[in-house]
Amino acid sequence: MPAEDCAVRFEKVTKRFGSQTVLDGVSFEVRQGSAFCLLGRSGTGKSVTLKHIIGLMKPDSGRVRVEGQDVSALSRRDLSRLRTRMGFLFQNAALFDSISVGDNVAFPIRRHAKLAVSDVRDRVRQKLEEVGLEREAGKMPSELSGGMRKRVGLARAMALDPSILLVDEPSAGLDPITAGEIDSLLSQLKSNRGTTLIIVTHNIPSARRLGDELAVLHGGHLIARGPAQELETSDHEVVRGFMRSEGGG
Amino acid sequence: MIERVGLLVAAFLGWIGEVSVFGGRALREAWRRPLELDEVARQVFEIGWRSIPLIVASGFAIGVVLSLHTRASLERFGAEAMIPAGLAIALVRETGPLTAGLLLSGRVGAGIGAELGAMKVTEQIDALEATAVDSFKFLAVTRILACMIALPLLTTVMDFSGIVGGYVAETAVTGISFWLYFDRAFSHLQFSDFIPATLKTVVFGFIIGTVASYLGFTTERGTEGVGRASTRSVVLASILIIAINVVLVKLIFFFYPD
Repeated sequence: MPAEDCAVRFEKVTKRFGSQTVLDGVSFEVRQGSAFCLLGRSGTGKSVTLKHIIGLMKPDSGRVRVEGQDVSALSRRDLSRLRTRMGFLFQNAALFDSISVGDNVAFPIRRHAKLAVSDVRDRVRQKLEEVGLEREAGKMPSELSGGMRKRVGLARAMALDPSILLVDEPSAGLDPITAGEIDSLLSQLKSNRGTTLIIVTHNIPSARRLGDELAVLHGGHLIARGPAQELETSDHEVVRGFMRSEGGG
Repeated sequence: MIERVGLLVAAFLGWIGEVSVFGGRALREAWRRPLELDEVARQVFEIGWRSIPLIVASGFAIGVVLSLHTRASLERFGAEAMIPAGLAIALVRETGPLTAGLLLSGRVGAGIGAELGAMKVTEQIDALEATAVDSFKFLAVTRILACMIALPLLTTVMDFSGIVGGYVAETAVTGISFWLYFDRAFSHLQFSDFIPATLKTVVFGFIIGTVASYLGFTTERGTEGVGRASTRSVVLASILIIAINVVLVKLIFFFYPD
């Protein structure tokens, strides 16, 4: 894949925690504007992979390139600039619990977009409308259900209209209807705005719907990668087992 | 046994080293843009303004007790007239700063340790970083600076509350007038009593903010870890304040021998 088409590239990335090797020479690339779904059993390093992309973790060896830049080699300032072009939906939403829902979504806008107060308010309303929570702006995160928190987290992740959106288990713990709504929102982001999506999920139907490319992490290695149809006929038992399952979050 | 004590001392010194590096980094980062002045102001309000009831009530009670004890001692020498001055000097030079430091290491240290610990285990600190905000600057540096600003101000409030408490105790016994009491209290008090003793609480503030922020940032193991960070913030900040106070008092006597 030409470097300019590549949003994210992992080059032989290894990450260890103590004696446990979570990522062992993992390499892959994600095309700009595509949706890449990362599958794997719990504890196989999927969230760790996302955290490497946004620079929250550094590889022990290998390189992670985002839009051509080596994330671990960036200065603090350049890393901040790069992060403003990325959004991250955490597994448990990670909302700032001492400020309201509206302020959570407004936080990155106030920090990085030089907008008038009224424009910030409009942008927050628009983002909350997109996730169907425009009426909840004044509530505190503790007053929301798990699904609502996740949607607020998504609104915050989209607040700066990032070119790359990292999504950690968007449908985990959600009812099928809400999970479907989040899937269609992510799908719209990709088709309307050309946002690159990197999604960690256990939800195979959702991965099939959203992913242009799916990959399976197992034992620290990427054991399969390709379109859903290709993975369904994989020789690897673990891959076939995953694709046959109907895990819904 | 000796080996075990040695290991404990080595571990404690190692920990002190890590906290010192953390605090040194905070002092360096404080000058780097963005200065986060809004957040510092918000923290000064949270730490300072919200501590005022505790400081006023404690200072008042300490003033009453000190007055009662001083009266019992000075009566023997017929030196009751010196009670206001003696009490004011004791409060301003030592009792006020040290008590304010210890009280705030409890209230503020526990609060910062628990708040940052909870943010760490719920990935809110990672979320800050992911939104391109320097979490160390935004959370730790602002709190450390706020403690350094709030401590001297609160110490002054405590000193004044203590003197008022002393007045109330004295007037209940002797009926001394407000103006006479304050005239006697401040007649022997000099700026060299007030300024160094109050400024040393900037160091107490630095200790409280640094220890609590460090423990919050290094919290592990979920809610149990949050509780531990909170408790350890209070214990370790209090021990360090008491120990550093000895050095600071010695330094003050060196520079202000009178």
